[in-house]
Amino acid sequence: MNRITGVIGALLRRRAAGIAVMLLIFSLVVGLIQPRFLTPDTLRIVMLAIPLIMVAAMGQMMVLVSRHVDLSMGSMLGFTAIVAGMVFRDFPDVPWWVGFIVAISTGAVLGLFNGLVVTIFKLPSIIVTLGTLSLFRGVLFLISDARQVDPQFIPSALIQMSQTSPVFGIPGIVLIAFGVAFLTYLFLDHTRLGRQIYAIGSNPAAAPLRGIRVVPVTLLVFTLSGALSGLAGIMYASRFGYVNPSITGVGFEFTVIAAVVIGGASINGGVGTVLGTVLGVILLGTVSVALPILAVSAFWQDAIFGAVIVIALLIDRSVRERGARSVVAGHRP
Amino acid sequence: METATTSSAGETVISARGISKQFAGIEVLRDVDLDFRAGEIHALVGENGAGKSTFAKILSGVHRPTRGTLALRGELVEVPNPLTAQRLGITLIHQEPVSFPDLSVAENLVLGRDQGSVLGRVPWAKITRDARESMDQLGINIKVNVPMRGLSIADQQMVEIARALASDSRLIIMDEPTAPLTPIEVETLFKIVRRLRDEGRTIIFISHRLEEVRALCDRITVFRDGNLVHTGDVAAVDDEEIIRLMIGRSLKEYIHKRRTEIGEVALEVKDLCLPGLFSDISFEVRKGEIVGLAGLVGAGRTDVARAIFGITPAHSGTIAVNGKDIGVAEPTEAIALGLAFVPEDRAAAGIFQSLSVEHNITAAVPGRIAPRGFIRHALERALANEAVQKMRIRLASLRQPIGELSGGNQQKSILARWLLTDPSVLIMDEPTRGIDVGVKSEFYDMIGELAESGRAILLISSELPELLALCDRILVMSEGRLTADLSRAEATQENVMREAVPKSGVHSPTVAA
Repeated sequence: MNRITGVIGALLRRRAAGIAVMLLIFSLVVGLIQPRFLTPDTLRIVMLAIPLIMVAAMGQMMVLVSRHVDLSMGSMLGFTAIVAGMVFRDFPDVPWWVGFIVAISTGAVLGLFNGLVVTIFKLPSIIVTLGTLSLFRGVLFLISDARQVDPQFIPSALIQMSQTSPVFGIPGIVLIAFGVAFLTYLFLDHTRLGRQIYAIGSNPAAAPLRGIRVVPVTLLVFTLSGALSGLAGIMYASRFGYVNPSITGVGFEFTVIAAVVIGGASINGGVGTVLGTVLGVILLGTVSVALPILAVSAFWQDAIFGAVIVIALLIDRSVRERGARSVVAGHRP
Repeated sequence: METATTSSAGETVISARGISKQFAGIEVLRDVDLDFRAGEIHALVGENGAGKSTFAKILSGVHRPTRGTLALRGELVEVPNPLTAQRLGITLIHQEPVSFPDLSVAENLVLGRDQGSVLGRVPWAKITRDARESMDQLGINIKVNVPMRGLSIADQQMVEIARALASDSRLIIMDEPTAPLTPIEVETLFKIVRRLRDEGRTIIFISHRLEEVRALCDRITVFRDGNLVHTGDVAAVDDEEIIRLMIGRSLKEYIHKRRTEIGEVALEVKDLCLPGLFSDISFEVRKGEIVGLAGLVGAGRTDVARAIFGITPAHSGTIAVNGKDIGVAEPTEAIALGLAFVPEDRAAAGIFQSLSVEHNITAAVPGRIAPRGFIRHALERALANEAVQKMRIRLASLRQPIGELSGGNQQKSILARWLLTDPSVLIMDEPTRGIDVGVKSEFYDMIGELAESGRAILLISSELPELLALCDRILVMSEGRLTADLSRAEATQENVMREAVPKSGVHSPTVAA
């Protein structure tokens, strides 16, 4: 018995393994109650539920690691999606990939704006991005005249990406999401710049003493967060086939932050892994798909989401208090 | 690299000339000339605030001197920041190492030294291998792939030393490295430090513990009030002489103690014990008496005060106020029993920064301003106004946030707060720290008046002249124990310092819980 709890404890200390176990147990329990859950169809639904959250979560995770937070993601997603949608509507001849360039670069500009306000005025990012969450949403209503971009304007090649691809028929946006996760891993774990983000978040006062230029790195992190929100924006257009100023991206930042925090990133900075974040996103995606299958009402779903976050934070704290002699990035035991 | 920087033993490595430093117009370091040689361990000693740490920080680029020059092997150098210092081969190791707790030991070692494109690939395998090598060279067993967070302070210091060696530092400054260490850890540290010296490096060792200075160091420099007062071989001076050099300053004339009637016992503390912080603390303070509590920083004085007031209660022992045995476990109970406590760190523990002066003054007497549970502002204002008049607090308005007042006037407001509770025992922890001389002398007068009115006063202070002039008796603490109870006639600077300096070199205030 002691050995078993010891093994479970060791697993929980490795954050990623802990989430994987939670994911497995949850899937099995749901599968026992409702066998319909354990079918390839469900897997497909889960796969389609996660890509938007995944790409944005990579951005958010980098922001959290640098000891900041980006609350404006939902509006950045809506903003970039509407801009891309309007380009498709007003210039019907542009090819589908122009939408990607437009959305990502628009997002990068919005993110850079967040970063500039945070670094120039030395304001807490939680307040700045709470402000720009409203600001960006307001401006997006103005530029779009509060009009929806209807499905007939979205290029069919773009919509195809949410349905299939030449790679085993896995939807294109799923491939994009995992591709982004892999690139983020290479960046954070294997480049000096990536490690500087961890150093800044771990001890902002000491980072300049080691020659790290905190302001440019912070700007980069916010710009990446915006660019990835832009990527999520164009993926929204692909997946849902329309863009609506008052619906698209609303509340999205909440889901993303929840997934990242469940994935083990610390709101105190310095801590967060790509693997943990990927698993956090999949866990949240699975829960969101399972609840309707279990006939849980939509009202309960929000409450359950919230409970999952609080529980994840409690586990996180107890792990940290034990001294967390875990293995960190780049080292294999 | 190695050949370029190696110096032969005895040669001057770094020389400071006329180094002075001002903070906000106050000179904390005055015209210091000092040479450090290759292959020596050089002790810097002095009282708190004597300037030794400031000097170390100037050498290592944390502070820049207001005047003066530094020369490295005869060449003038500028040390504008710690990174430059590191490149010049100068490393300061703080008592609590500055590190990146979430990054691995190996990464902490390499960060800031690893020059290369920011988008370049991090050579993890090499970093890990080099880190293991560094640890092996130092002969210590620390896993390099765990986060810094999980390491003991001693191990973190070792990582800092490894970092200094990895950048081939020729001058390593250690600021009171032994304070947080256990005796065995101290031994390990000394062994390594001696080896570094034998390699021809220069070690500057800042310490309070003369025993350690004697065991480890070759030369010693004494600072006092921002001046360098002595440099020479450790063997050439005895402890008495070092202590005299550290404290030899004149009493400030403006302090004078009035004669007051000493009454019966107001505060009696018996066998107070809190493992790890202090043990066997017994003393009494009588009505009308001012008792000083002297000792070096970290001796446990504040911990005792906090225990008496019930902030962090003692493990065992008894406290009696006015003959009544009490088991104080909460500050609210302590206030009700007639205790008052003016804490050391005013900004963090004393004032409510953004609240008004009047709210701050009346904070400890909610019952008096809100007789039926609701605050009556007229009552609050009248009480605060009276206190301001009596204490001669200078302010623009009672509604002003207290954070806008000067340090001295903030401190008066806190004292006013506690006087409203009409305490029979008043404990003050470093009440005059950071307030200017004029207000200080007013403060001394007030403390005298309070004693005259029959209150018992326990005064913690690191300013010996202040204690000597004000107190009827002085208790001395060292490493968590009371080492002396000196009457006014017995108390001299030399006597107090002798008892305050740790004898053992062993940092373990308590033996058993």
